[in-house]
Amino acid sequence: MQFRLEKRQEPSKLLQVLTPIGAVLVTMVLGGIIFTLLGYDGLGAVREIFLSPLLNAYKWQDLAVKAAPLIIIAVGLSIAYRANVWNIGAEGQYIVGAIAGTGVGILTNDMTGWWIMPLMMLAGVAGGAAYAAVPALLRVRFRVNEILTTLMLTYASVYLLNYLLAGPFKSPTSMGQPQTVMFSADQSLPYIIPGTIVQLNALLAVIVALVAWLVFSRFVFGFQVRVVGAAPHAARYGGFSADRTVWLAMLISGGLAGFAGILEAMGPVGRLILQFPAGYGFTAIIVAFLGRLHPLGAVLAGLMVAITFVGGEMAQITIQLPFAAVGIFQAMMLFLLLASDILVRYRVRSVRRAEIAT
Amino acid sequence: MSSDIVIAILMTMAGAATPILLAALGELVVEKSGVLNLGVEGMMLVGAVITVAVTLTTGNHLLAVACAAAAAALAALIFGVLTLTLSANQVATGLALTILGTGFSALFGRPYTGKSVPTVGSPFPAELATDPVWRLLFGHSVFVYLALIMVVAVWWFLQRTRSGLILRAVGENDLSAHSMGYSVIGVRYAAVAFGGAMAGIAGACFPLALTPQWVERLTTGKGWIALALVVFAAWRPFRLAAGAYFFGLMMIFEVYAKSSSSFRVLPSEFWAALPYLATVVVLVLISLRREGSSSAPACLGKPFIAAG
Repeated sequence: MQFRLEKRQEPSKLLQVLTPIGAVLVTMVLGGIIFTLLGYDGLGAVREIFLSPLLNAYKWQDLAVKAAPLIIIAVGLSIAYRANVWNIGAEGQYIVGAIAGTGVGILTNDMTGWWIMPLMMLAGVAGGAAYAAVPALLRVRFRVNEILTTLMLTYASVYLLNYLLAGPFKSPTSMGQPQTVMFSADQSLPYIIPGTIVQLNALLAVIVALVAWLVFSRFVFGFQVRVVGAAPHAARYGGFSADRTVWLAMLISGGLAGFAGILEAMGPVGRLILQFPAGYGFTAIIVAFLGRLHPLGAVLAGLMVAITFVGGEMAQITIQLPFAAVGIFQAMMLFLLLASDILVRYRVRSVRRAEIAT
Repeated sequence: MSSDIVIAILMTMAGAATPILLAALGELVVEKSGVLNLGVEGMMLVGAVITVAVTLTTGNHLLAVACAAAAAALAALIFGVLTLTLSANQVATGLALTILGTGFSALFGRPYTGKSVPTVGSPFPAELATDPVWRLLFGHSVFVYLALIMVVAVWWFLQRTRSGLILRAVGENDLSAHSMGYSVIGVRYAAVAFGGAMAGIAGACFPLALTPQWVERLTTGKGWIALALVVFAAWRPFRLAAGAYFFGLMMIFEVYAKSSSSFRVLPSEFWAALPYLATVVVLVLISLRREGSSSAPACLGKPFIAAG
């Protein structure tokens, strides 16, 4: 007996949905074993990181806080990756979006009015989109690979943030601390569930995913992105412009990353600080893949990854597991998901030796 | 500027260039075989943390570098199993490898954080490097010489040996290499493992020659610059060396910006961001010169699945 791979006519829809769940389950088993071998409490690690946040109702609000930015960024990345546009600099667009929105926030800090909040959000989206426009332009005009440019600009954005916080953006009352002023009441996201820390960004994340899903599945643009991503030659034949798709994919993913950035500043953080870049832009890459590059999948995957974040924080306290362990579990999920892809595209068939000979 | 400062700048430049040169040489071979491994940064971090651990426990530098190379090659083989055997998406798998390497190194490096690591010096006798000018020739860390030797070795391997020819054939036309009876997957596995080992040695440079201790994310994106460097060099080893030294120069501005007043016209953050911005600018300049026709290996990033 031997095994042979046979290409499926169509990728299996069922397995496309089941494999992410399988990847999470295998991560729990394999991760438990690996961490035990590394000398940690492997069973405890899996229990704390994957189950405790779910079993502890008080922690659900933390899940909403952590999932919101991940979902918003991952929805944009899902659209970009489907179009074969490899924007991996969402972290930079997230930072620049927050910077742009905060710029408006500093100017309007002592003003009041309902218009301030949407203006800041708009500036955030514009900032993120503008920062993604640079790699988009470079790819369309000069054929420069966007993987490298988006990432290089991410590193540069961190220094831009450091520079602004040390000087132009620094609060006059910060006593030398590199941070901006606190946002005023009219600049801070309202709490949407009384008695919790759940803010408007959680609701906006769900809305972003729903809108993206509607646009993606119903309108021409969605079709265009998918065709250009899946079959560039056919797309050209069909009259779709590959360049325009690159632009749209980059501006949407950058704009959403910027949106997530300013929401984070106006919500959980409350101002810009040096520790603002928390790596959501990178983790959202895992979320996008785990969600099968589908906007609604991004919501579920965002919650899943948020569980590991919240669980990782709990495990730090309860079983003294270093927080870096969370990154390993997250990477394992992505590895196992990518490994399982072959099952989606191929059928494993057992064949007899006699058959091979023929 | 006095000659002492010039020599000091050149010395720092060579030091800063060396890890990106080593990692980029490995990636060059990987890409020549038709595989794009974006996990360089992750593999470098694995190499760096293993180096710190082994150096601090055994005090043996050679053993530390060997372990770093082996560990990073092992990490590269995870990438290999996924992309070569299971034909998973190379871009996504490479990213996953970087995330894994970052997480692993942060976890594994915790007990060693902040402890100072004994560095390696020049392989030549100290008497040769007493004079500043002679120091420029004989006063570098052993990694600087190793990287330059590897430039010639990789060039010789790719251009002058039969194995190098096969590797290039696999990267340019995997189907015909397969039909001629060469194992496409086997060659690519070997290339990926070599790339991992080189990234591991590049990672070892950081604690042993540049910043003698472990901190999280010690390599600060230099692995990504190495990836850009391969494109910059149009997949040619000697141009790779020139490019690495150019980026080395870009990187040391930050060091001098802190001490010298002539850099103060621009904020120090600008000088720190310069290598990354320079990478973008250089990538644009290259594409201008080549006018579309790319010198990338034809099969770069495409999975190979043997029929039947």
